[in-house]
This record gives sequence, structure tokens and C-alpha cells, in this order.
Amino acid sequence: MRTVIVGCGRVGAGLAERLAREGHDVTVIDTNTEAFSRLEPDFPGQAIRADGTDEDVLRRVGTDTADWFFALTEGDNRNAFAAQMASETFGVKNVVAKVNDPVRAEAYTQLGLATICRTRLLVDALGQYAGLAPDKGASGVRQVERHHDHLDPEAVPAGAGHPSH
Amino acid sequence: MYIVVVGGGKVGYYLAKELLEAGHELVILEKNASRARQISDELGSIVLNRDGCEGKHLAEAGANRAAIVAAVTGDDEDNLVVCQMAKHHFDVPKTIARVNNPRNEDLFKHLGVNEIISPTRMVLAAVEQDIPVHELLHLAQLKGGEMELVEAQITEGSPALGRKSTDIELPEGSSLFLLLRGSQVHQVRADTVFQAGDKVLAVAKGDAGEDVLRRELIGDVEPARTAS
Repeated sequence: MRTVIVGCGRVGAGLAERLAREGHDVTVIDTNTEAFSRLEPDFPGQAIRADGTDEDVLRRVGTDTADWFFALTEGDNRNAFAAQMASETFGVKNVVAKVNDPVRAEAYTQLGLATICRTRLLVDALGQYAGLAPDKGASGVRQVERHHDHLDPEAVPAGAGHPSH
Repeated sequence: MYIVVVGGGKVGYYLAKELLEAGHELVILEKNASRARQISDELGSIVLNRDGCEGKHLAEAGANRAAIVAAVTGDDEDNLVVCQMAKHHFDVPKTIARVNNPRNEDLFKHLGVNEIISPTRMVLAAVEQDIPVHELLHLAQLKGGEMELVEAQITEGSPALGRKSTDIELPEGSSLFLLLRGSQVHQVRADTVFQAGDKVLAVAKGDAGEDVLRRELIGDVEPARTAS
């Protein structure tokens, strides 16, 4: 499995480590070399200092042959942008964007992008800890199927019928 | 006409100024507080100190009744997000985005942005007018630099114009092999006759090979500095 990860923050680095150790061919991109210090010294993948929203960069790292693409920088817009470039320009099948603003996450989910919203996940987890009922829409990566621009009112968690690795 | 402008930099500011003078109703969304204050000091209370990438701020700005949303910040990703929100959440009839990286233009078009303005592309086009096209374009080095893959454009003044490929004598190791005519790609055959506008891909062996290709396909090369 070839995986491209944009953003080597705590989440990006953590996911890169795990996937690489499970045998994925991982390329992680960040504009800041210091971010790569979050990776273990024996990280088995590739770390590349570049702008992951730049089409030339994504082409150079072989995004067109990637099975998975994760946009995990600190910027919601950057993530939405990189993720759409991966799916629309490079035809990557499994693309996830981290969008921490719940409103924007919902908007992009409705546009057909798979999103994960840290804010909503944390609020749900803490809410449940405090005895609230689980927020069904908060779980994990969310995605709706696009039916000729008709948007499903209820977004469902991604996973069922989805290729697994 | 009601217009929402996102981004109060130089472009947003002068755009708003012109539109106001033309009698349009508009609002500028500018997330930087001091910049927002500066604009409202100069243009009046038409500025919302908000991040236009957020749906609720676009709603507050009345995007649902806007005829046009223009995203003119310095960040392509922000401009795309604004246009997508405007189009899909507020049914704005026309979205306009400033695109800084010309490579992003296709993606913007593909994702439904109605108008794309690329200052980089405009300057580039102006610069390219002054770059002589009458040169061999080096595309790739072959065999460690021994040979070179080059492209030549046949123009009205080319010695090769109207001649058959077999009439062009090339030194050993150099050859013409592909022809780009319109949107078609052809192999260069013995009976291929060159027309103006053709692009010919050739392999040149060494400087000598390049010199012959240049002389035969392009003709007299104009000096590189034509700008006065």
C-alpha cells in the first residue's frame, strides 16, 4: 500500500509511524524539517520537506499511484485543498482531510470529501465521559456518497464497504 | 448588485473602491483586525473583521443574497474554500477566485469556480512575449548528456517550411522523430512536409547536431534580448 501524508505534526507523524511499521510504503511531507524530529530515528518511510499543496510536489512523490492520502496539517483550508487535489487531479481513491472547524468539516463532508474533525471527536469523547449520549456523526472519518449532486442529509461514518488495508 | 469580497489586501481594497464608485453594494471580509480597521477608515463601514472561510461569517455577510463572491486573498487554498462554500452552501451564482499558483487553475475550474484570475499567469504571458520562440527547447538529456532531446517550432521563416523531412540533411546520430500538429502527434515519416506551427521533437547529438537542427528547422536566431 502506498500512502502519502501531508503534515508531520503529532497526528501525521504518529500515523506515518504506524502505517510504515505495518508495511505501508509511506511518504510524509512537511514544509518544516524540524517536524520530522517527531518521527523515530529508524522511521522506515520517506520524509520530504516540501509544500504538500503544490501539484508539482505531489506529482514528484508519486501521488498518482498512492492508495491512501491523508491531509493532516494544522490548516483546515490547506487540508481541504490538498485532499481535493489528491482526489481530483491525481485520482487517489482513499483521501481523508483533517478539518478541525466543525462547520467546515460538515461542509466538506457534504461535498463528498472524507473528513475527520478533531473538535467534534474530542467533544463527543468528553461528553460521553460526562455521561452524555454518543454523537453518532462524530465517530471517526466521515464520508457521504455523492449522488448526482444530491446530498444526503445524514452523513454516515466511513468504513462499511470501504477497502481496508 | 451585491458583491462579497473576501480578503482586504491590495487587490481586495482597490477592487472594493472601484466597485463602490461604480455604485455597487458590497462588503469586505478581512480577518486581520488592524487591516480591517484601516480599510473601514478609508472606505467606510463596509468591512467585517471576520474570516471569510467560515460558513457562518459568509452567512453574516449575506452571501445568500450575493450575486458575486470574489475571493482575492493571497492564499490559493483559502480562495478555493471560500468559493466552494459560496457555491455549495449559499448558491451564489458567480464565484471569482484569485489564483496565485498557475498550476492550480485547472483544479479551481474543475471544482466549479466560475472565474479564475491569475496575476502570475498574466505577468508570465507578458514576459513570454519577449522570449524569442525561435530557439531550440531542451527537453531532456539522453545517454548522460551525449545526446539531447529538443523541440523546434516551425515558423513562417523556417528553412524547413514546405520541405519533406528527407530533404533535411542531418549529421549522424541526430534525427527527427515526432511532429506535434494541432492536438495531434505524428511520427516524422519520409513524406512528412513541415508546416508553420508544427513542433518537431528531435534528438541532437552534441553541439554540432544542435547547430544543424537549429539552422535547418529554425533558421536565423533572433537575439535573446529583444525588449527595449
